[in-house]
Order: sequence, then structure tokens, then C-alpha cells
Amino acid sequence: MIQTDIIIIGAGPVGLFTVFEAGLLKLRCHLIDALPQAGGQCAEIYPKKPIYDIPAYPEILAGDLVTNLLKQAEPFKPGFTLGERAESIEKTEDDQFIVTTNRGTVHRAPVIAIAGGLGCFEPRKPPVSNLSDYEDKGVEYIIKEPDFYKDKRVVISGGGDSALDWTIFLADGVAKEVTMVHRRNSFRGHLDSVQKVQDLAAQGKLNLMTESEVVGIEGDGIVESVIVKTKEGEQKVATDHWVPLFGLSPKLGPIGEWGLNISKNAIEVDTFDYSTNVPGIYAIGDINTYEGKLKLILCGFHEATLMVQSAYKRIHPDKNLVLKYTTVNGVQGF
Amino acid sequence: MSAIIKVIVIDREGTTHELEAPTDMNMNMMELCKSYELPVEGTCGGMAMCASCHMYVQSEHELPEMSEDEEAMLDQAFFVEDNSRLGCQIHLAESLDGLTVKLAEVGE
Repeated sequence: MIQTDIIIIGAGPVGLFTVFEAGLLKLRCHLIDALPQAGGQCAEIYPKKPIYDIPAYPEILAGDLVTNLLKQAEPFKPGFTLGERAESIEKTEDDQFIVTTNRGTVHRAPVIAIAGGLGCFEPRKPPVSNLSDYEDKGVEYIIKEPDFYKDKRVVISGGGDSALDWTIFLADGVAKEVTMVHRRNSFRGHLDSVQKVQDLAAQGKLNLMTESEVVGIEGDGIVESVIVKTKEGEQKVATDHWVPLFGLSPKLGPIGEWGLNISKNAIEVDTFDYSTNVPGIYAIGDINTYEGKLKLILCGFHEATLMVQSAYKRIHPDKNLVLKYTTVNGVQGF
Repeated sequence: MSAIIKVIVIDREGTTHELEAPTDMNMNMMELCKSYELPVEGTCGGMAMCASCHMYVQSEHELPEMSEDEEAMLDQAFFVEDNSRLGCQIHLAESLDGLTVKLAEVGE
């Protein structure tokens, strides 16, 4: 079990800055994020996009902002549980919280800060009516173990980089048979990947179906074939697996089930200290809502700073807190 | 350049909304829909990176050409038709007076 002072759910910019502000108060933090890397949206969706409204940075790339925030938090040695989704929160008799992830990692702390942004990034699911019947029965949205597809027949949908990369990998001697289904004729993604896919198709190692879409699944309890709609009509493709790779989109997910007051997909907070209706649980950044809320990184930083003051009082009710400027004391890490 | 134009948005239930849109605020269709509290998420904030403002353009207006980003995103989206656009990439201008769009279905 991981014990800390503040469990931060969400390792985006606001979660990372919380580590710094908490660290100044000698509070330790541990971050949990469903994505495999820190940085949230900034790292996952738009690392190469410039941001113009971070004070003192006329322009900074989102990816660089994350790098800088990690560096700023570094002296306070945050812990990370990455690639795991915070699934449940329980309260203990001694006023602590237990946060367990979908992979069973257990964390314990007196304070939780939810800096969950837009929620958890989850694979986008194509609109096929009986899709959920076949999840993990031949339909997978993420390729975890490539060996799983050894000597199997696989259909991959999508035209982006991950669809191209996995198609190349599986078609080149791993799977028995690979079909790539893509809605358009052209591919986005790296030019050399596109070239490789076309080469594999030309060599007969890949069945490439463009201007096509998977519209149905058939099989007795497990995937046996998919129905592909092409320009010429519908066609049945026998397969053991269908892997739709259409990128990720954010979902509120389990956050909605933690007994917190939710309004319009966001957690209601008191702007005094960004506390939720559950004492000891705070919500900061894009995940919270209050009158006049603006979803800006800048505002999330402010919320994090005030939030840790309140968290400190909860953790050390007998101590008086005096604001110390970093210009006076510098940054004393752990 | 402070003209107010009218645009028509048909929501997913088929209800028609006639919206007044200022053209001097550098707004786009995604933001306009949000400001009227129509069910458009605009998750990525207007960077053509999430397709949550996917809409069908039903009038004959001449629209700005699709950027590579928008094309790439629509590539990944569902329920895409020939008249699909991302609302965040349609900037409100006087020439768009009377623009009619229908909000696309959102996948799971």
C-alpha cells in the first residue's frame, strides 16, 4: 500500500503543480493517472501546440509546459501510479481515504485532490450495435500483448498512426492474417508507415480495405467475422479479432460514482478552498465547477495553491500555517 | 464589422434553434453552440482534436477549406458524411448569414 499526504488523481498540469505547492508546505503527494505518462491532455492531445496564456510565458509548447512542471515538482519527489485508473474511494475509520486503481494498486492518504481534467482518456468505440457483447471476446481497443495475436486472424480499423503501426507489426510475420479497414483512401500518419502498409498490401501480406467501414460483428459468443461495408456493398470477413483503433476520448468514468456532487460532468466545489461535499476530497482544474468557472490552466494553478492550504489544516489541525515566499527560503525538497 | 448574423442549428432531437451570432468576436460554431447551451462538448477547446463538435452543414454556404488537422480528426470520427465539418473550424463571418447545420450524433 502506498501511503502519502495527498493523493492526486490526474497527473495533468494542475495535478503536477499541486505537488509543488504541497511540497512547500512539507506535504507529500502521489499522483494517479490512467494515461501511461504524466501531462494529461497537454501530453496526450496537443504536446506540440503552443499555449499563450501562461503568465510569464509569451508562448510555450504544451509538452514543454509539462516538462517544466515535472522539473518544478521534482524536489518534492512525487510518487506516480501511471497507466492505472483510480477506480474506487473508501473512507477508513481513522479519517483516511483508500484509493484503489483498476489494476488493484492501493493508496492511502488523509486528503484526495481530484485534478482529473476532462476525466479519463478511454478508447473511442465505433458505433456498432452489438459491440459490447464482444468486448474481450475478440474485440480489443488496445493492443497490450502483441504475442496474443500470434497465428490469429486480425482485423484492424482506423487510419491513424497507432492503426498503421500495429498493422505493420502484426502483418509482418506475427498474425496469421491481417486486414486493415479504413474509411478513406488516404492515410494520415507518418509517410513511411503509410508506405510500409502499402508495400505489405502489395506483397500480399496484408488485406487492405479502404473506403470501407466495419458495421457489424458476428459470432457465437466470440468474434468469428466482421461485416465490412465497402463501396461495392457489404462483405463478411472471417476473423478471430477486431481491433478498432480510433484514438482516445475523455470520459468522466468512475469519478461520477464517488458520492460527489456533480453538475454538467464536473464536480461542484466551494471556491473558498475547492473542497467538495465530502470533507477531505478536493477538486481542482477543469474537473470542477463553480459560478464563474473558467477552464484555464492558469485558474487551475490558483485553485491548487489555495487547496493545499486547506489540506494542510486538515492534516495538521494544531499547527498554524504562515505563508512563506520562495524568494526568502528557496525550495527545500524532501 | 460588427454585424450580427443568424445561423440555424438543428439539435440531435431534431429541434431547430435560430441563433444570433456576432461576427466581431472571433467566434466559431462550436463556441456559439456552447454559448447557447446546446449539447456540444468542445472538449479540446477548438483545436480540431476531438470531433466533439462534429456537425453536418446543410446549407450551401461557402466555408473555409478544411485544414489537415480537421481532415485528420474527421478521419477518426464516427457518423461522418460528405457534409461533415468540425464546428470549431467554422469561424463566424458575415458571409455565413443563414448557415444551417445539424449536430452529429456522438458515439459512446
